[in-house]
Amino acid sequence: MSEFLQQLLNGLSLGAIYALIALGYTMVYGVLRFINFAHSDVFMVGAFIGYYLGKLVPEGTLWGGLLVLSGAMIGCALLGMFIERVVYRPLRHGPTLNVLITAIGVSLLLEYTGQIVFGAAPRTFPQIFPTANYHVGSLTISSNQVFVIGVAILLMIALQLIVFKTKIGTAMRAVSLNPKAAQLVGVNNNVVISFTFGLGSALAAAGGILYAMNYPSIDPLMGVMPGLKAFVAAILGGIGNIPGAALGGLLLGTVETFIGGSQFSTYKDAIAFAILIVILLFKPAGLLGKFTIEKV
Amino acid sequence: MNLASRLLLTLMVLALALRAQDTIKVGEYASLTGKEASFGQQSHKGLTLAIEELNAAGGVLGKKLELITEDNQTKPGESATAVKKLISRDKVVALIGEVASGRSLEAAPIAQAAKIPMIAPAATNPKVTQTGNYIFRVCFIDPFQGTVMAKFAQTDLKAKKVAVLSSVSNAYSVGLAKFFKETFTANGGIIVSEKNFSEGDKDFRAQLTAVKAAGADAVFVPSYYTEAALIARQARDLGINVPFFGGDGWVADQLLEIGGEALNGCYYSTHFSPENQDSVVQAFVKKFKARWGANENPDAFAALGYDAAYVLVDAIKRAGSTEGPKLRDALAATKNFAGVTGVTNIDANRDASKPAAIIAIKNGKLEFLKTVAP
Repeated sequence: MSEFLQQLLNGLSLGAIYALIALGYTMVYGVLRFINFAHSDVFMVGAFIGYYLGKLVPEGTLWGGLLVLSGAMIGCALLGMFIERVVYRPLRHGPTLNVLITAIGVSLLLEYTGQIVFGAAPRTFPQIFPTANYHVGSLTISSNQVFVIGVAILLMIALQLIVFKTKIGTAMRAVSLNPKAAQLVGVNNNVVISFTFGLGSALAAAGGILYAMNYPSIDPLMGVMPGLKAFVAAILGGIGNIPGAALGGLLLGTVETFIGGSQFSTYKDAIAFAILIVILLFKPAGLLGKFTIEKV
Repeated sequence: MNLASRLLLTLMVLALALRAQDTIKVGEYASLTGKEASFGQQSHKGLTLAIEELNAAGGVLGKKLELITEDNQTKPGESATAVKKLISRDKVVALIGEVASGRSLEAAPIAQAAKIPMIAPAATNPKVTQTGNYIFRVCFIDPFQGTVMAKFAQTDLKAKKVAVLSSVSNAYSVGLAKFFKETFTANGGIIVSEKNFSEGDKDFRAQLTAVKAAGADAVFVPSYYTEAALIARQARDLGINVPFFGGDGWVADQLLEIGGEALNGCYYSTHFSPENQDSVVQAFVKKFKARWGANENPDAFAALGYDAAYVLVDAIKRAGSTEGPKLRDALAATKNFAGVTGVTNIDANRDASKPAAIIAIKNGKLEFLKTVAP
C-alpha cells in the first residue's frame, strides 16, 4: 500500500510537469489551430535562463528561487511572443501545414542554437529552492515534489481564472471560436494571439524550472522527450481543452510511473503509448475534447 | 648562380620539405560533446598528449603523426558516419575510439570491412572485439569487471540481497548487469529486484520505489555517470540509504557535480586512479596537468587514450609499415607493453587483461580503495 502511494506521488509530480507543458500546446492549438512544436524548446530555454539566473541569487532561499522562477517565466514569455511575431504571424493566412513545418524549423533552430550558445555538454542545475524530505509513515515526500505539484496547481488555477474571468480571456475564447467574428466586434487578434503565446511560453518556462529542479542535469536537447510526452498528454486530454491538458498530463505521468515500477519497466514508454492508442480508439477527440469535423 | 637557378633550388628545397611533412594519419572518434562529453574529452586529452610527446621525440618511421578527430556528439549513428569519413576521406592508417561500448560497436564493422585496425581505449563489452580480427582494446572486459564487483559486494559490502538497475538501450549496461548477476548468484547472492530504464531518462523514482520495497542491501547501477548521479540523488530523496555501486561508466567529474552528497558511501570500479601513488601514474598526472592546466585531473579514460596511442605507435614501429594487415599482425603480437594503466598483453581475443581499481566516494571526494588483479 505504501509503495502504491509513493508511486502515485512520484507519478503526480512527473505528470504535473507534463501538464504544464501540455497547457502551452493546447492553448496555441485552441486559438490558432496548429501545433507549436517549438514549445518544448522554449521549455529548455526556460531551464537555461533559470540556470544562469540561479547563479546570481543565493542558493536554497525561497525569495531567490521565486525570483529565478519569475525571471525565467518573463524571459520565455518574451521569447514566445517574439517567435510568434517574427515567424508565425507572416504565415498566419497561409495553409496550416506551412506553419506546422515552420514550427518544426523553429524547434530545430532553438535546439541547435542552444548547442552553440550553451554548449552541448549537460550542465548541473543549481538548487534554487530550499529542500527537505518529509517522512509520513513509510512514505517519503521530498519538498521538490510537493513544490512541483503545488506550483502546477496554482498556475492552472490562475490560467483558468485568466481565461474565464478576465477581458483578455474572453477575447481569447472569442478568437478561438471564430477569429473573423471576433475581429468584427473589436477584438485585436494580434494582441490576443501574442498574449496566448506569452502565457503558454511562461508556463513552459515554469515547467522547465520545475523539471530541472527534480532532474538537475540540463542540456539543449532536454526538451525533446518531455515535449513529446506533453504533446501526447494534450491530445489525450483533448487538444484545445485546458482542463483536458492538465488531466492528460497527470494521467500519462502516473501511468508511466506505475509501469516503470513494475516488472515491465523495460517497456515503460511502449505501454504508456499503447494506452494512449486504446483511449483514442474509443474517444477520438481525447478524454475531454469535443469532436468536430475539421478541414486540414 | 643566376636568379633562375636560385629559384629552382628554392623550389627543390621546398618540395623536399613538403615531402618530409608527409604524415601518418591516426583517426579518432569520440564523444566530445553531448551527454557523455566527459568520456570523449578525457580520452581526447590523453590521446593528444601522447601524440604530441611522440612527435616531439621524432615521430615514427621518420614521419610525424597527425591526429584527426571527429566528434560523434554522443548520438547513436554518428560514430558510423565519423569513421566512414575518417577512412575514406582522410585515409587514416588506424582508428582510436571509443570509450562507450555501444558507439564502438557501431564503428567496429566499418573498420573491419576496410581492414583498418581500430583500438578501443575503454569499450569493455566483449562483443566489441568479437566483431573481427582488426578490432583491439587496451582495457579489461566486462565479464572481469562484473566478477570484481560481485565479489566486492559479497565480501566488502557484505550484501546478500542486491537490486540491479540498468539501462536497456545501452550495450555496456546490459552486458555488465548480466555478468554481475551471473557471478553474484553463482556465489549464493540473491537479486531481489531488477529494473530497467532507457538512455536519456531522468526520472528513476518509479524504479527506485520498487527497489526500496524489495529491501536490498545494496544497489548495482551499471550505467553512465549522468544516470548514476541522478539515480543516487533520487534514491536518497526517497529514503534509500544503502550503498550504490557501479562500473567504469561512473568515471567523470560530473558524477560528483550532479550527485553531490547523495553519492557518499558509494563505490565503483575503474581502470586507473590518479590517486594511486605509483611513480608511473604520478609522472603521467604531472605531464597531463602541465599540458591541460593545473585544475585538469586525468581520469581512467585519459590514461587509456594515452596508452592506446603508445600501443599503436609501438605496433607501427614493429611492423615497419602502416599497411592495415601488417599493422594488425603487429598489434596482435603486443606483449608486455608497460603503460600508465599497467602492462598490456593483447590476448587471442584481442583484449587486454588488466587490474581493476575500486574507488570509494567519501565526503564528496574520491578515495582509492584497492586494486583487484585479473
